[in-house]
Amino acid sequence: MTVLLFLVPLALALGFVGLMGFLWSLKSGQYDDLDGAAQRVLSDDDIEEEGR
Amino acid sequence: MSAPALDFEALVTRGKDGSFRLEAAIEGMTCAACIGDIESALRNLPGLIAARVNYTNRRLSLEWRESAFELAGVFERLRRMGYRLHPFELASGERAEEEASKRLLRCLAIAAFAAMNIMLLSAAVWIGEDTDIDPATRDMFHGLSALIALPAAAFAGQPFFESAFNALRARRLNMDVPISLGVVLALAMSVNETLTHAPRAYFDSAIMLLAFLLLGRYLDAAMRRKTRGVAANLAALRAPLACRLGADSRETMVAAAALRRGDRVLARPGEVLPADGVVTARVSTLDEGIVTGETARRPVSRGERVYAGSLNHDGALTLEVEAAGAGTLLGEIERLLEKATSARSRYVRLADRVSRFYAPVVHLAALATALFWLWRGASIHDALVTAISVLIVTCPCALALAVPAVQVVASGALFRGGVLLNAADALERLAQIDTVVFDKTGTLTSPHPCVVNARDFDSEIVECAASLARASSHPLAQAVARARPDAPLLADATEERGQGVRALIDGAEARLGSPGFCGLEEEVAHLGALAPDVSLVAFRHGARHALFQLRQTLRCDAAQTLAALARRGLAMEILSGDRAEAVESVAKALDVANWRGGLKPAEKVARIEALRAAGHKVLMVGDGLNDAPALASAHASMSPIDATQFTQAAAAAVFLGDRLAPVLATVETSVEARRVMRQNLALSAIYNLFAVPLAMLGLLTPLIAAAAMSGSSLLVTLNALRTGKQARGFGEGAP
Repeated sequence: MTVLLFLVPLALALGFVGLMGFLWSLKSGQYDDLDGAAQRVLSDDDIEEEGR
Repeated sequence: MSAPALDFEALVTRGKDGSFRLEAAIEGMTCAACIGDIESALRNLPGLIAARVNYTNRRLSLEWRESAFELAGVFERLRRMGYRLHPFELASGERAEEEASKRLLRCLAIAAFAAMNIMLLSAAVWIGEDTDIDPATRDMFHGLSALIALPAAAFAGQPFFESAFNALRARRLNMDVPISLGVVLALAMSVNETLTHAPRAYFDSAIMLLAFLLLGRYLDAAMRRKTRGVAANLAALRAPLACRLGADSRETMVAAAALRRGDRVLARPGEVLPADGVVTARVSTLDEGIVTGETARRPVSRGERVYAGSLNHDGALTLEVEAAGAGTLLGEIERLLEKATSARSRYVRLADRVSRFYAPVVHLAALATALFWLWRGASIHDALVTAISVLIVTCPCALALAVPAVQVVASGALFRGGVLLNAADALERLAQIDTVVFDKTGTLTSPHPCVVNARDFDSEIVECAASLARASSHPLAQAVARARPDAPLLADATEERGQGVRALIDGAEARLGSPGFCGLEEEVAHLGALAPDVSLVAFRHGARHALFQLRQTLRCDAAQTLAALARRGLAMEILSGDRAEAVESVAKALDVANWRGGLKPAEKVARIEALRAAGHKVLMVGDGLNDAPALASAHASMSPIDATQFTQAAAAAVFLGDRLAPVLATVETSVEARRVMRQNLALSAIYNLFAVPLAMLGLLTPLIAAAAMSGSSLLVTLNALRTGKQARGFGEGAP
């Protein structure tokens, strides 16, 4: 059962990375404007500028 | 005309690094493409650090440094693009709520992370019980669980611990006391079990309990924050900018809230007066419908007192602001409002009523269990374990979700239908009402006047007049424009302030405005005496002419809505500040037997108090400033969104749109919501009825406790989702 000794910590570490990611996204305001974020991804104004 | 200077000093917040911030509600933002338009329009303004549109709550946040930046430039640029900005001060309540809701989400994330990982470990132990798990492995799993659970509970449990501590310090019991006690005891006991190599630990139950409770609270907070945000935007749209005159007659636009006593303010025709005051120059007529309920307009001249919320009709007025002092109408109404609100706050919410009774029972049951097992000769350890499992299993996961889940679903459905709930207990109050009291002006009648004799004229004439009317900002002209909303806009129309508009149509001059402006005095004389609330707008195009009669008409679905409310067995009454004859005709048209006219604000309150004393629960629907105290003193209250800010603050719910149907839908949804809330409470009571005896007998394994807890929470949540279906029907077509 020694496999548990690194599998369990590994699983926990991965979960912890996910949690930290969520907390970071919350802190950086990514949940403040959910509708806007969904619409902004469709905006293609920036492409025009690059093409010039 | 150059744009007047802007002064929003009071609304600007300073950042630490010397930058300035301003938040503004955006009017006229209709689609997602507007995000890009607005942001790119502001991209190259000198001094501006950031301009970001929040599409969810339709706000723009601006950040700039002092040097070289002109706020007026932003307003002017956006105005030319068709957007209007309404800056506002974030109410301290709203910001605190946002912080609280973020904190709950953080706690929820941590509790959910911990619960999932502990569950994985626990599941292994449970399966291991059948397959002879190695005791060393089991101890390792328990130890790992402890390492995850203890810090997670210490962080995620804080909202509950704080609230329980505050309650205990005030010598009260609330729902958080058994929750905190259960969680702390379960964790302490589990640590003890782990150290003594016992086969069972309860980390999973304790953390899962926290996660579920946090979910309920977060949903509740998120729902309230959303409604609060929309309400704040609407308040900002309603709060008019005032045009302040400086000592050298320079015009500065300021937020109406920033006006001080003694300021001089200019109010143009078609504008709402921003403050109470005394007229110092010019004459005009005022529509004070929203203030007094009176529909006939009042001519005012120098030296007369006027009230905020009145609509200025004809001339540009200069006022000297006189907002301070308890003698003004605002002061009077504020005083009545305060009195009425304090009378209402004694109401105890359903969830609190249940928990007030529930918390002592839980503690007594746990104590009784421990004593019983001690008496039967069990060891102290076993007796404590059983008592804790009683505490955990009764900990009201389902109970905590039972009411908030329904509230979230029901208010979400109402929100989509254009009804915003202001107060947390609005649904419960609305469900209990048995009498509906309506105000007349602006509530039963539409807030704007309508053309009532459009059918008497050729449709071509009406269309011509509507085209012309669209060029004017005068309230009566706008009413004519509404008669034909699709009439084409005329490019070369010129407006003569206080007179009317004229333009060339098909080579002939067309005029719309006062009868004198169009030369139709004789025709007016032929009409004879008109009802006092009828206004005339004249139109002349070459030889053709028309006299439009305008008055306030009933909202289009007022009759059906009142009939439907009557069918529900609700008593109906009309209380109005308008003249008795005007009220009588409306009451007859709507088939309402009880009506009173000519009432002052205090008389409305007195009537509602009398109804309350007779044992009735009153829903007051009103919009005028004179209704605000009555709204606050009624059991529940609703207000259309066109109402004054005061009324919106006093009402438990506000509704959008030109129809009265939301009142009916709100009552129906609240009754349905209350039914589902009670079902949910019954469901969780039944769950406790089964689970508690098992726990008391010591038969409850952590697995059963966990399954029962999640199962009951799920059941309650699913049941709550049914509430939304009811209200969905009326939501279509609302903004």
